[in-house]
Amino acid sequence: MTLMKHEMKLGRTALIIWTLAIGLMLAVCVLIYPEMKSEMDSMTAMFSSMGAFTAAFGMDRINFGEFTGFYSVECGNIIGLGGAFFAALLGISALAKEEKDHTAEFLLTHPLKRRDVVTGKLCSILAQILLLNLMVFLLVVASVLAIGEKIDWTPLFLLHLSNAILQLETALICFGISAFLKRGSLGIGMGVAMIFYFLNLVANITDSLEFLKYFTPFSYTEGADILADNHLNAPFLTIGIICTLIGGIAAYVKYCRKDIA
Amino acid sequence: MEAIKTEGLTKCYGKNRGITNLNLSVNEGEFFGFIGPNGAGKSTTIRTLLGLINATEGTARVLGQTIGTGKPEILSRIGYMPSEAMFYNGMRVRDCLRFSADLRKKDCREEAERLCQRLELDTTRKVSELSLGNRKKVSIVCALQHKPDLYILDEPTSGLDPLIQKEFFSLLQERNKEGATVFFSSHVLSEVQNYCGRAAVIKEGRLIACDKIENLRNTSAKRVSLRFLPGSPEIPQPSAENLLQAGGFSPKDIADIRKTDDSLSFLYNGEVNTLLKYLASLSLADINIDEPDLEEVFLHYYEKGDDTQ
Repeated sequence: MTLMKHEMKLGRTALIIWTLAIGLMLAVCVLIYPEMKSEMDSMTAMFSSMGAFTAAFGMDRINFGEFTGFYSVECGNIIGLGGAFFAALLGISALAKEEKDHTAEFLLTHPLKRRDVVTGKLCSILAQILLLNLMVFLLVVASVLAIGEKIDWTPLFLLHLSNAILQLETALICFGISAFLKRGSLGIGMGVAMIFYFLNLVANITDSLEFLKYFTPFSYTEGADILADNHLNAPFLTIGIICTLIGGIAAYVKYCRKDIA
Repeated sequence: MEAIKTEGLTKCYGKNRGITNLNLSVNEGEFFGFIGPNGAGKSTTIRTLLGLINATEGTARVLGQTIGTGKPEILSRIGYMPSEAMFYNGMRVRDCLRFSADLRKKDCREEAERLCQRLELDTTRKVSELSLGNRKKVSIVCALQHKPDLYILDEPTSGLDPLIQKEFFSLLQERNKEGATVFFSSHVLSEVQNYCGRAAVIKEGRLIACDKIENLRNTSAKRVSLRFLPGSPEIPQPSAENLLQAGGFSPKDIADIRKTDDSLSFLYNGEVNTLLKYLASLSLADINIDEPDLEEVFLHYYEKGDDTQ
């Protein structure tokens, strides 16, 4: 508990900045919607005729004339990419930064079991991701109410929920990786997030590479699918949860035996 | 009872040597020094004892418990000071001290304040703004504030000014009198000589001596440094090669000969009178007979080590 509190305190500024950055960008997108609505019919036509670009973002299957359609594309990219980066950085640095900054010698010579250290860090990651998503969601709801748009809340909620799960998965995979690193490497975290994102884009564009969807959490945050099904894609989600667990378990197993640099 | 006992403790980093077959024993209540040059394996030993790294072979017991990674039952009774004192950026000194105490689930505010006063440490400063010496002080307070039974200190005095060093050692001596065991590593011989009852010497990962300080010092040689008068050709200056012959020393008495144009210095471990007779035959401008510095003590042990091989 002490450790978790400490971690939250250290991560406070970063959390606030990321929350504001993602939340405000989403809010702006929502707030400009009424302006764009009148032109949406022509925009839908335009967006759906950009070939590969259209497919990449799933815009061929989305009606921009509806708020949720518009929001799912904007949201998918802002919170998807922003959230994934935030989560990746959080996950990759939690354990490894102690060794990079030479604070591991301080922390790990206190009477803590290694697994308690991992648990404390993990809890702080989960809490920070939940906080970010909660705050962002509240900001979005507030802006939706502000523009007075009548919308279907279920897909909106599912979009945000799926992104929160994506962030958990990305964070835990990076967390698992970071247990093996000698020196913290933010680059690896960024790389993981980028690869996930682009795998989904490629899978969207190229039919023959659609199987790549199984390798990226962005598959279950795809706005077009969520709007069409009104639920999350179970197989993709299951794989995601399994990867999340593997990341977590790997962190425990490795870190409890690790030689601290 | 032993506070620290290692049996055949070995740590390899891949193919690199860490420590090899280390048998070390420190009794409870001792003030024990652990001497060795940089890279000899002092930190590796300490980090293994603390469970930061896993031993490749061998076992060790600290305060009666077998070592291992993350053992609260051992760590709660240890105060550790790392050689590099690093703390979390953005935290103030008092937050660090409080965090350390909280992790130990102890309220150490009173003791922390007392220590900070004695060490002249300003607790309102941010740790990231502190100098090395001041960060060391934070580290000292973290190691001492919970009054542990065993102090493990890795080169604790580097970066501290002499006054604070003195205060630090008097703190340690007080704790030692109260029954705590102090185990500290150093490459400064004088502080080990001044404060420790016993010391161990480590070289290239192996323990090469472990004895009372008096015994360690008695076996060590003297450094004899001679500076010759310029232009006194009537008495030839001995060269490094003919020094043995000129003085009639036996080869084992002389070691590490260093020669410049007008000076000569060597380690001497033989009869004092033989040396004096030889010196009387020289035309000298200056002479110095000193305790050897730490490297030379090592040198002495290294050669002893070579003899037995």
